[in-house]
Amino acid sequence: MSAVRSTVSGTGRKDEIVNAVMTDWEQRSVVRVLPPVQPRRLAKVPFVELADGRLQGVVSSGSDVERVYVSSITAGSHGLSCSTNNNRPCGGLRGAPCKHLHALVEEAVLQYGGARVARYLRVDVEEPDCSAADLLGRLHGRPASIPAAVVFSRFLRHLAYLEVPESTEPVPELHWFPATGAVR
Amino acid sequence: MRGVQLAELLAGAAPGVTEALDAVSGFDEALVPGLARPTEEQRDALAALAGAVAVTPLRDRVREAVEKVAAGSLADEHLAMLAGARAALLGAVHDALLERVDAALGRSRAAWTPTETAAASAPENLLAGVRSWLREIAIAGWRGVDDELVSASAQTVEAVLAVPALRRLAVLLDGLAAELRGASPVASMDRLPVRRWADLWSRALLLAQTGGVSEWGATPVSGRLLPLGVDVHEHGTAVQVQVYAVLECADAPSRLVRASVTAAKVETIVGPAVWRLLRGTPVLLGALAERRALEVAEMPLLPGGDLVWRDERARPGDVVEPFTVARLQLGAAHAPAVPPLERHPVRIAEPVLVEGYTVTVSDDGQARMELDGHSLALDMARLPGCGPLTPGLVAASSSCLGLLRWDGGRWLLQPLGVQVRNRRGTTETHTADWALGPTDAKVVRAAAKAGDAVAVLRERAGRLLRR
Repeated sequence: MSAVRSTVSGTGRKDEIVNAVMTDWEQRSVVRVLPPVQPRRLAKVPFVELADGRLQGVVSSGSDVERVYVSSITAGSHGLSCSTNNNRPCGGLRGAPCKHLHALVEEAVLQYGGARVARYLRVDVEEPDCSAADLLGRLHGRPASIPAAVVFSRFLRHLAYLEVPESTEPVPELHWFPATGAVR
Repeated sequence: MRGVQLAELLAGAAPGVTEALDAVSGFDEALVPGLARPTEEQRDALAALAGAVAVTPLRDRVREAVEKVAAGSLADEHLAMLAGARAALLGAVHDALLERVDAALGRSRAAWTPTETAAASAPENLLAGVRSWLREIAIAGWRGVDDELVSASAQTVEAVLAVPALRRLAVLLDGLAAELRGASPVASMDRLPVRRWADLWSRALLLAQTGGVSEWGATPVSGRLLPLGVDVHEHGTAVQVQVYAVLECADAPSRLVRASVTAAKVETIVGPAVWRLLRGTPVLLGALAERRALEVAEMPLLPGGDLVWRDERARPGDVVEPFTVARLQLGAAHAPAVPPLERHPVRIAEPVLVEGYTVTVSDDGQARMELDGHSLALDMARLPGCGPLTPGLVAASSSCLGLLRWDGGRWLLQPLGVQVRNRRGTTETHTADWALGPTDAKVVRAAAKAGDAVAVLRERAGRLLRR
């Protein structure tokens, strides 16, 4: 299913207002392509993304503030990977997903919705809006080695956005990207 | 805006607009399968684009570019000419639409007269990298975009983001790449945002030309700034707040101006938390939250009506209701010209005040404003999550400050603030009411429960980034 379709069916009333009448959808400059990301607590899993053919992210260690785990699940094959940012393998990952991978999937479902995560990973689920537990139970992959450095550098790049200075020069291109989301 | 003005705005399309948009659509459709091996249909569409600019100075170069591309030769310069022709057509559509707005509202607008100053220099290799990625897209077509092609942009975008003079290009590319990543593999999508992606692709290609971003000299202005409303833009890694305001100067008639603040962010920072990213403009944000005027001194004003905000050159003034400002001043305020390369229908955002209407919601969910027998669509999707203005408040309102916009062949009103009359009197809600933080107890509690995303990520960045 496409990202467009998931926006139409997978979000709140506000998006339906927009999309329901779009006979000329293709000819609009301002349409929503990405479904909105839901806010979540970032303390445990500061970074989650669906990219490079993986659900991947960074899980803060519960015991050491300096340490993070880099965890990922490959789309399709469901290869599981978890190690520290210094490439030390996670001791908990033996066949079944470790607690870091559990946390990764739980937060990904909060952020993107179960349907989008399942679709990206190509997990067969019965209910489109599946839970994290449902998703985890249907992963069929085995531990596989994904270099932690690749994912960790994406996390660092992600953090680097917060260091980009503010600007008061106008950015007219952002007229294509209206803020949305007032549905309270 | 009165009913008779709305009627004039809505009275039929300006001549030539439909034809110009058809030529644009033809080109946009050609980008869907890609231009690697142009079919006859694609060659016809390109020829139609060239034909549409045949009476302009672009004629010869666009015709040459079309011939080359139709023959399968996709050099940077040829693609740039196609993007230029497309932009010229949309620029003409923009001008026709804006003339209609000005005529309907009786709004006077400055002519575009400034002289260009030297463009800020940008590293040529970076621009070449961007053009090369955009060429890959033109070859593959939107249908050919996959994870690999999207990932190929990552390093370039990162490098572009590090150059302040290329901020516009970086923000645009990041927004486009995120949409392509989310949609990839695009081949499996049912429908494509054909106009939108062609818009973003061509604007990016124009900004990535050497000297593509023009610099215009700013004039320092001093006086009283009276905010009307705030428009918020946002994608995964950027947020921009644009304040629409009337500027009163001692030596000039009142003008419509805009002040913008842009910050980089990540996609997990959403809702009212985005205000916390704007740390460099506390005076501006304070005035928005408290609905105050601002006294500005020697504030740079660009010829397109944009103040380049310097917070230290502003101080808070009296409390002034935006609706009062609009009632007394908006009608006569002089509007700025639009810089040539920004002319595109998406850029039309004209502040208007509408009163005495009723809001209806049709069976398909489209909200409309009915005024003296005329009807205008309300863009409820454009209410930002960082503020308290909701579709419910707009539906219950009797006065609305908003931006007139145009998209997909129709006019829309994007509400920025509303007045709702009830038994206890009149309450007022604006998009920027939470500029200093949410004031609604429920929202404050929800934010506390979600934790402070900005603080968590800053802590992680502080610990992990510089090692």
